Amino acid sequence: MIVEIGHFSLVLAFALSLVQFAVPLAGTRMGEARLVAVAGPSAVAGFALTALSFAVLTAAYVQSDFSVANVWENSHSAKPLLYKVTGVWGNHEGSMLLWVLILAFFGALVAWFGTNLPASLRANVLVVQGLVGAAFLLFILATSNPFARLDPAPLEGRDLNPILQDIGLALHPPLLYLGYVGFSVCFSFAVAALIEGRIDAAWARWVRPWTLAAWVFLTGGIAMGSYWAYYELGWGGWWFWDPVENASFLPWLSGTALLHSAIVMEKRSALKIWTLLLAILTFSLSLLGTFLVRSGVLTSVHAFATDPARGLFILLILVFFIGGSLSLFALRASTLSQGGLFHPVSREGALVLNNLFLTTAAATVLTGTLYPLLVEAVTGDKISVGAPFFNLTFIPLAVPLLLAVPFGPLLAWKRGDLWAVSQRLHAALGCALLAVALVWFFVDGAGVLAALGIGLAAWLMLGALTDLAVKAGVGKERPAVVWRRLKGLSRSIFGTAAAHFGLGLSVLGIVAVTSLEVERIEVMRPGDTVEIAGYTLRFEGLVPHRGPNFTEEQGRFTYFSGGVRAGEIVSSKRLYTARQMPTTEAGIATRGFSQLYVALGDATANDGVVVRAWWKPQVLLIWIGGLVMMAGGTISLLDRRLRVGAPSRRRARPARSAEAPAE
Amino acid sequence: MTRKQKRLSVIGGAMAFLAVASGLVFYALGQKTSYFYMPADLQTASVEPGQRIRLGGLVEKGTVVRGAGTEIAFAVTDQVHSVRVAYSGILPDLFREEQGIVTEGVFRPDGVFVADSVLAKHDENYMPKEVADGLKETGLWQHAQ
Repeated sequence: MIVEIGHFSLVLAFALSLVQFAVPLAGTRMGEARLVAVAGPSAVAGFALTALSFAVLTAAYVQSDFSVANVWENSHSAKPLLYKVTGVWGNHEGSMLLWVLILAFFGALVAWFGTNLPASLRANVLVVQGLVGAAFLLFILATSNPFARLDPAPLEGRDLNPILQDIGLALHPPLLYLGYVGFSVCFSFAVAALIEGRIDAAWARWVRPWTLAAWVFLTGGIAMGSYWAYYELGWGGWWFWDPVENASFLPWLSGTALLHSAIVMEKRSALKIWTLLLAILTFSLSLLGTFLVRSGVLTSVHAFATDPARGLFILLILVFFIGGSLSLFALRASTLSQGGLFHPVSREGALVLNNLFLTTAAATVLTGTLYPLLVEAVTGDKISVGAPFFNLTFIPLAVPLLLAVPFGPLLAWKRGDLWAVSQRLHAALGCALLAVALVWFFVDGAGVLAALGIGLAAWLMLGALTDLAVKAGVGKERPAVVWRRLKGLSRSIFGTAAAHFGLGLSVLGIVAVTSLEVERIEVMRPGDTVEIAGYTLRFEGLVPHRGPNFTEEQGRFTYFSGGVRAGEIVSSKRLYTARQMPTTEAGIATRGFSQLYVALGDATANDGVVVRAWWKPQVLLIWIGGLVMMAGGTISLLDRRLRVGAPSRRRARPARSAEAPAE
Repeated sequence: MTRKQKRLSVIGGAMAFLAVASGLVFYALGQKTSYFYMPADLQTASVEPGQRIRLGGLVEKGTVVRGAGTEIAFAVTDQVHSVRVAYSGILPDLFREEQGIVTEGVFRPDGVFVADSVLAKHDENYMPKEVADGLKETGLWQHAQ
């Protein structure tokens, strides 16, 4: 009965999203304020119904109600409670429900916090949100019903894919979806601006916080997913340029571009149409990502429970929204007022450069990701575009962008002085070059490229600090004054510096682990040792062990540093009994930011076992950098100026339309 | 600079930039992609020793031989033809006989395929898409699933 309530409220949510789309749209067309006012309440009610539906599915999982097909397929009564809850979105139907729930959540947020928006803009944003929601709710109801029943109900479930039984599933998909779907708000704002035929600096001021929030979540989702794959898959890799990874990276690249172009639009009223286009493209790439991941059209190591038939439905949604919004853009963009021009050497110029690099990088990644589909459709040949392609095309685009990053925040608006900025960056450049020299001479195994890469990371981090130092007047003022000025700097300046610093940290981690990693593959018998990066790893033997829903063989290792026992590593081969599915649980020892990573392979004939061990220098910095970037975005978000829905009334008024009286 | 010159400089810069980027993409697509073959395809296609390809199919029953250390040999089959594969390293958890896999590597002159990576996905129902399509083409699909 309760399960049917969940299904029913999902149907109601679908009906309501059609109301949210049609009624306010008619209201703004006809200038009928009462119809326009339907938008907010229907968005909030739609969220409540979707949340109820989600809660019902979660309850079915927690109670192990195997009469629900979805629960039977993906759960097991012996599964720990956390994985029963996270298992809700560890499958196709549930993850689409989570997607829609987050979409409805953002719609409700616009309704709650958007009271300062001009009523017609707010209504149009919710109209677009409603249409997107309706499309995906229809998709769920028509093709992916999570509430389908089984009769008779099986006694035991088939368990969740063991790879997904991890804390990573609790964090990665929700964060990623908050990012993906968060960009829907920017998309809706862009389409609403096109419908209204008007766009101004206030628009950018409203869009920026949403972009920033979505970007923070997406950054977290990607970083979390990368770390999860790193420790769970047992291959020691943190990024494979896999289609599914690219699918999340594409909206990140264009979202990052959007974040920066919205600054130009807000501050200088320039790049308006471009910002609008980026907002549309970013959400389009999110939709594309959803399609690629859910349809399984591309071979990926990360895709779970894909279904090509249902992929076609998403493809239709994709074509409708991308095609529709771009057509609207083509028709209406020319009617929007043009922004001002500026000198190429200026803050605006730097941000345009940033956009140029990021969107080109996104285009190359997109090309590489979709090229196999294209070739197969045209010639029938099956090809794969892997890491070599992306390394060759992406890195040459990323490096000049990273070199330019420290200049950006230091350049003045309108007309910058590159020479003056270079002088301010002297110290940072000097230290970065020193870092190159030190790494080259003193780090074993570091080649020229590794040294330059680490220098680049140092340049980014020092550049971010220089920005703060210059703005606080370090070297020009007394310490007390510097301190006061530092405290007086706006949060968005700290946010920028933190995000750029975090980027530097990630680059440092990536360069270090790519160029200085050490790998050993050995057959080891109990008592055997292997030397790796100054550590001695001793295999103690295999010990059988029993978990709640798996059995495992634990490989016990001890590692020594300079002859002194430094710690233990347990790496295991698990067998999940319900699915008879083996997994590898890597054993990881963390030393500072570096890790010793041990994975077990198969047993060999003579009582030995294949052991693969890596030394991963500074690998944690990759994800710590991601966290620092998230912190930077969050600090910016807390800037008074950017507080969600808090543009000053004085600025909001001219944008308010005549036919729709406020509130 | 006049307004027009500013605009031109921005557009010109962007164009030059895009030209460089597309050049890179085309070069890389020509050089850095690898073709996928099933054993049957190799009867007709000419693949030079040393040319990097991906080879997919099922792990043939009774062919998995563990050598010294981390060496392992097996055959990949599409139920009609099969190709011998040599690999050194750790196999994926779901590697087993009659499992669909994709390997990547090059042919040695003696006709043995030396793989440097072996992929089997982490879902027990999983069949790499290319392998599934290949088996469907040859009408041997029902055996696998």
